[in-house]
Amino acid sequence: MSGAAVGVLALAAGQNVLDPHSPPEHRITMLGWIMFVGSTIGLSVVAFLLLLGYFRRRRDSLPFGGGEKHATGLVIGLGIGLPLIILSALFVYSNIFVIQSTAAPNPRTTSMTVKVIGHQFWWELRYPGTTVVTANELHIPTLTRVNIKGTTDDVIHSFWVPELNRKIDLVPGQVGSILFYANRAGEYRGKCAEFCGLQHAHMDVIVFAQPRAQFDAWLRRQKAPAQATGMPGEQVFMNNGCANCHQIRGTAARGLVGPDLTHLASRTTLAAGTMANTRPQLEDWVRDPQHAKPGNKMPQVQMSQQDFTSLIDYLEALK
Amino acid sequence: MLIRTQLAGANGKVLGPDAYNQAMTMHGVTMIFFFIVPIGIGAFGNYLIPLMIGARDMAFPRMNALSYWIFLASGLFLYSSVFLGKAPNCGWFCYTPLNTRQFDPGLNVDFYALGLIFNGISSTAGAINLIVTVFKLRAPGMSLNRMPLFAYAILAVSFSLVFALPVLTVDLLFLELQRKAGFHFFDVAHGGDPLLWQHLFWFFGHPEVYIIILPAMGIATSIIPTFAKRKMIAFPLVALAELLVAFIGFGVWAHHMFATGIATAQLIFFAGASMMVVIPSTIQIFAWLFTVNLGKPDFRAPLLFIGGFIALFVIGGLSGIMFAAIPFDQATTDSYFVVAHFHFIIFGAAVFPLLGGMYYWFPKVTGRMYHEGWAKASFWVTFVGTMLTFFPMHIVGLLGMTRRIYTYAPGLGWEAYNLAETIGSFLLTVGLLMVFGNLLWSRFRGVPSGPDPFYGGTLEWATTSPPPHYNFAVIPIVRSPYPNWDREDREDDVRRFERGQLVLESGHETPASTVRDGVLDEVLEMPSESGWPILLAFALSIVFIMLLTTHYVIAGIFIAISALILAAWHLKEPAEE
Repeated sequence: MSGAAVGVLALAAGQNVLDPHSPPEHRITMLGWIMFVGSTIGLSVVAFLLLLGYFRRRRDSLPFGGGEKHATGLVIGLGIGLPLIILSALFVYSNIFVIQSTAAPNPRTTSMTVKVIGHQFWWELRYPGTTVVTANELHIPTLTRVNIKGTTDDVIHSFWVPELNRKIDLVPGQVGSILFYANRAGEYRGKCAEFCGLQHAHMDVIVFAQPRAQFDAWLRRQKAPAQATGMPGEQVFMNNGCANCHQIRGTAARGLVGPDLTHLASRTTLAAGTMANTRPQLEDWVRDPQHAKPGNKMPQVQMSQQDFTSLIDYLEALK
Repeated sequence: MLIRTQLAGANGKVLGPDAYNQAMTMHGVTMIFFFIVPIGIGAFGNYLIPLMIGARDMAFPRMNALSYWIFLASGLFLYSSVFLGKAPNCGWFCYTPLNTRQFDPGLNVDFYALGLIFNGISSTAGAINLIVTVFKLRAPGMSLNRMPLFAYAILAVSFSLVFALPVLTVDLLFLELQRKAGFHFFDVAHGGDPLLWQHLFWFFGHPEVYIIILPAMGIATSIIPTFAKRKMIAFPLVALAELLVAFIGFGVWAHHMFATGIATAQLIFFAGASMMVVIPSTIQIFAWLFTVNLGKPDFRAPLLFIGGFIALFVIGGLSGIMFAAIPFDQATTDSYFVVAHFHFIIFGAAVFPLLGGMYYWFPKVTGRMYHEGWAKASFWVTFVGTMLTFFPMHIVGLLGMTRRIYTYAPGLGWEAYNLAETIGSFLLTVGLLMVFGNLLWSRFRGVPSGPDPFYGGTLEWATTSPPPHYNFAVIPIVRSPYPNWDREDREDDVRRFERGQLVLESGHETPASTVRDGVLDEVLEMPSESGWPILLAFALSIVFIMLLTTHYVIAGIFIAISALILAAWHLKEPAEE
């Protein structure tokens, strides 16, 4: 925890515990800094005594005078007394005070709720009170208390967006809850933090904090059913089994196994942050889903080149 | 090494996801169950405890053999999975429901569960043996307050094992019953609870951390007085601290679960207990530091390793305190910050003393000295390698890198730190090769060391190097915690040997003493060598293989055979005497 090493940290952006953008994360980070400074002092004391022992050899008393009785007193003072005081202070500060801001928020104090559902290996996001279902990209308004309620569909996942708050484990049979409150607009990255199987590494989430008006516009677009009805690719989608797993609101596709694709083209990434949502990447993904993310549940589907092209055209039109 | 090579840069291609998950699980399981614990307790404990307390052997030599053979068999059992490509792949704590048949249908998890139950038998047998040996076989005069601190550490470890392992066994048994027999211990849909797995696992798992580190603390408290040339400061406090670490270690398990949604009041209790465990550690750290500073320390390789251990232990301990601050834990758990923390503890604090201890007792075991210059060099390479491998993990963890990911995308500022860690791990490997190369070379070419090259204070230095198989020609009489520094007593031993007092040469004998005061109690007749332990270990191996492959009838038959072997082992006893 040397000062130089930590100095590098503050420059990095994106997924950084020490770059907080919400009041709870500010307090966590503050707690972290206090402990880093305290630890640096503690380590310095020990390193000093070690080096003193190493360089100052063959004397008969302690460096600062005194013999065995003195040393035993120091062991009691530094080994029992001092840690008792420091730890009690830290205990009260972190586990009585700071903990309140990372606890589950009282639903009456939040103005909206977002449901996060963990799947192997992607995030389902629902906005209760609306029909909106999306995946892997969470939009929230800035300066608004948002209650994030997390559950899991299969194994234990852990939802963690380091710049906004602590993580919550998503345990079967439980609902986890934390407060998201973004101080300013921006993108905040997150990741599944509990090992959940083969593709635990590719289970990212991006939080888009937007000013209220922008967020409302986004939510309005997401509420609408799919736009691209009647394109040839729609039939390819229905005929090749895609609809068994994926939902496209406004069509016959009602599958609930994989992500909702109603507004797929409005998202910036594919496969829970595995790749950017561009046409070549989308083609690569649909042609062989096991290539970039082996072990995910999407199978490879054989189809003619013409069908493939119209399918991609259709998916690209799902704005 | 494979793991670090894979993570050297973004989007590594060395290992696929499945191979990586198997490698990381086996790395954890091997290091914890098949390397550090067996070396620390099995090798150092079993070899040194009888020597240090002036006994001729362990209390139950045949149980010792059984423990060894079962350890070997369970290792072979688990490692056969690697060659079948079915090694455990669920991480060393293997959370449910990921470990159920629905999400992990192969044999991988069964190898894990059965392998660890099997291994647990070996550890339990070893621990019971050590407890009895420490309590009953101490040399006359070695009351508890004169017992070496290493023996206190091993005693604490053994009690921890005896109380913690059954909980792990139950957890693994539940898991196998759920996987094989359709029980629902952890299944929410049928009234089970996935957190039950975590509670039971960590009820074992956290004491396990102290099981790993206590032998290391014991080694440190052995090496420091020898090279500082004075007795340990605050001796009774240090002994008490070693016992307290093990005891408090049982009250902190839920601090591994701060992010699981347990009620806040419970979190606060476990956080408080976790902070309490700091105090026995700080007592020891300052006792070590002031012993070094008050003595005339001679920084030869063993003491260098202990110095490195103290630095690494303090770094790992300080980051450990941070996890007792619940909100910070909830932010950084399961990130590389945790990976950094426990590698400082498990590698820095547990393995460094093992390496120092290997140098320290090498002359005792082989009768030859290691090469001092190379040994000092190996320390510096290993120390720098350790810092370079594990320190950047703190930073990359704070940058949001989660643990157990087989690859990562570029652009989050993680690449440089990961590359440094990989370079560090290669340096670390060089350091370890230097250590083992040195010991191997010295085994054949080292200069003869004589019985006591370092003028150590405990009894293992009072006998020849290497010790005879009966350890001591005459049973030593003890009047202080550092009996080998009581020259008159040791000269007395020689005179008693000449007079034939306490020589016990009429057969396989060792004296037993009372638990508290170490007063000579009786002379025990020790059993002769026997083939039953290896036979029993073999039969049990077949039981576990049959359980793995679901041949329950054959497994049942071999359980019966094992029981018969166990009976025969004891029935035969009188006939041999």
